[in-house]
Amino acid sequence: MNNLLVLYIIIPLAAVFIIPLLSRFNSKISGWLALSATAALALVTVLSGIALQTQKILIYKVGGWEAPIGINLVLDSFSFLFVTIISLIGLLVVIYSTAYINKYNSKNKYYILYLLMMTGMLGVVLTGDLFSMFVFIELAAISTYALVAFGGKAEEFEASFKYLILGTLASIMILLAIVMVYSITGSLNMAQAALSLAKLPQNQIAKLALALFIMGFGLKAALVPFHTWLPDAHTSSPAPISATLSGVLIKILGIYTLIRIIFNVFGFSPMISEILMALGILSMVVGGLLALGQWDMKRMLAYSSISQIGYIVFGFGIGTPLALSGAIFHLLNHAIFKPLLFMNAGAIEQSTGTRNLKDLGGLGKLMPVTFATSTVGALSISGMPPFNGFWSKLTIIFAAVLSGHYWYAFIAAVASIITLAYFLKIQKFVFLDEAKENIKNIKEAAPAMLAPMVILAAVCIITGIFYPVIIKTMVLPAVRIISQGLFYSRIIGG
Amino acid sequence: MIIYALAFLLFLVGLYGLLTKKNLVKIVISVIIMEYAAILFIVSIGDKFNAEDPLLLKGAAPHAMVDPLAHAMALAYVLIGFSVLALMVSLVIRLYENYGTLDITKIKKLKG
Repeated sequence: MNNLLVLYIIIPLAAVFIIPLLSRFNSKISGWLALSATAALALVTVLSGIALQTQKILIYKVGGWEAPIGINLVLDSFSFLFVTIISLIGLLVVIYSTAYINKYNSKNKYYILYLLMMTGMLGVVLTGDLFSMFVFIELAAISTYALVAFGGKAEEFEASFKYLILGTLASIMILLAIVMVYSITGSLNMAQAALSLAKLPQNQIAKLALALFIMGFGLKAALVPFHTWLPDAHTSSPAPISATLSGVLIKILGIYTLIRIIFNVFGFSPMISEILMALGILSMVVGGLLALGQWDMKRMLAYSSISQIGYIVFGFGIGTPLALSGAIFHLLNHAIFKPLLFMNAGAIEQSTGTRNLKDLGGLGKLMPVTFATSTVGALSISGMPPFNGFWSKLTIIFAAVLSGHYWYAFIAAVASIITLAYFLKIQKFVFLDEAKENIKNIKEAAPAMLAPMVILAAVCIITGIFYPVIIKTMVLPAVRIISQGLFYSRIIGG
Repeated sequence: MIIYALAFLLFLVGLYGLLTKKNLVKIVISVIIMEYAAILFIVSIGDKFNAEDPLLLKGAAPHAMVDPLAHAMALAYVLIGFSVLALMVSLVIRLYENYGTLDITKIKKLKG
């Protein structure tokens, strides 16, 4: 069953090569190929989930070489959580794109770039090697820069250039840190580097490398002092891409890599805890306040992503098992409702031609499905019981109180109220007010766009009601992997 | 230690250019300088005094071998940096077509 892992890389990459060959004959084929590739990935995810029940960790040795020489692909419960997110959202976004992307004239290139981005993200999550992680980060990032500029308008090029410059700066910092780790440990394998680093507790170069990692991944995750590129990039890209960027990509390139390296390579320490909590609280409050003042719907959602990423990083920063489970559960939830909300925004933009809140109104009657799913998403993200966002935010705040950070817990609760405020603003201005004259005759979005939205809204409700099941089957095994820290490395590194 | 200091100096030269220059082309050049700092750092990490062999050769002393992995990493990063550069330059061309200027302070349709 270990051979399943290589399929995660092969399937999307093969589709990338086949699409330009076959789409010469029939232009419609690119959508179907992308759809079947992502559906196959979802199938592989289900199969590897079953395999993971019996084996604790799946390891694939690329080319048959043992760890220090060859590259390992590793799937444990922590990375399985991310693989599930990527393949679920990846499939739904491709379904959504088949209806949305018709207004652009080069569909093939869109699907090629999209599948390259998925290859990069899956590779980051699966690899057990630091340098190949960097290569996959760049693969995902470069295809994202091109996707942000896909619309071909002036603003889109501007956003893409900004994102490209800051993203490259982050990549160089990450690369310098990886090379520093290599220079003091002599290994690029994460598990072996972790075991060597444990023998050098006071190494100055290791501390410098850790600082560079936090800056680089902080830039990729758009934590607040490093956040300026995110609102532009996530607003300018096509709606399905915004959904993937906000829902999945910043979590993979920023959060997953940061947490994996801090917890499983360097080891968690009180100093890191303070840094992560401070960054988390700052992002939570600043992102929320900036979102409150926006009138562009997608821009508001983008700032809201910064705020919610703040919650996740804050939860990881507290570092107790309860907080870790809250953070991981919130990460999973955010990956469900943020794509949903971006898809709603895309449907509204498609139907009305605008996403300025001042020009919209009364869509509740005209677009009932969009209205219903958007309400579910908004209630989930602002933490209303019984939706999924409530349980994860409650767990994080509860963990903060239990570990003695009363002020931080108070600020987190206030930030949750700010979240509710700006989502009420969206609901009121878009769906509830009187409809303006020019949008009185619009129609509901296409069925291929409605289906993913309905599925995601259903997942929001199901994970909210059956949250103990999700916590037990998906979140707690992942918590076990990262809270055990170096124990994980001993299994793989030998 | 001097390797770290020199590589950081070059990195900071690039960062200075990135933060202070207003011309898009100069910004692109600053990013390239930072990339070269990273490449030089990787190569110098793998360097060893008086060692020439790229592999552990039969009969040769082990300390005559240089670490080949560092060079492989440098080569891989050269390729990645090249593709980023290509994308960057094509975006600069598009920005010039759309805004008619290379001054970054005048390219500001996005706000907030």
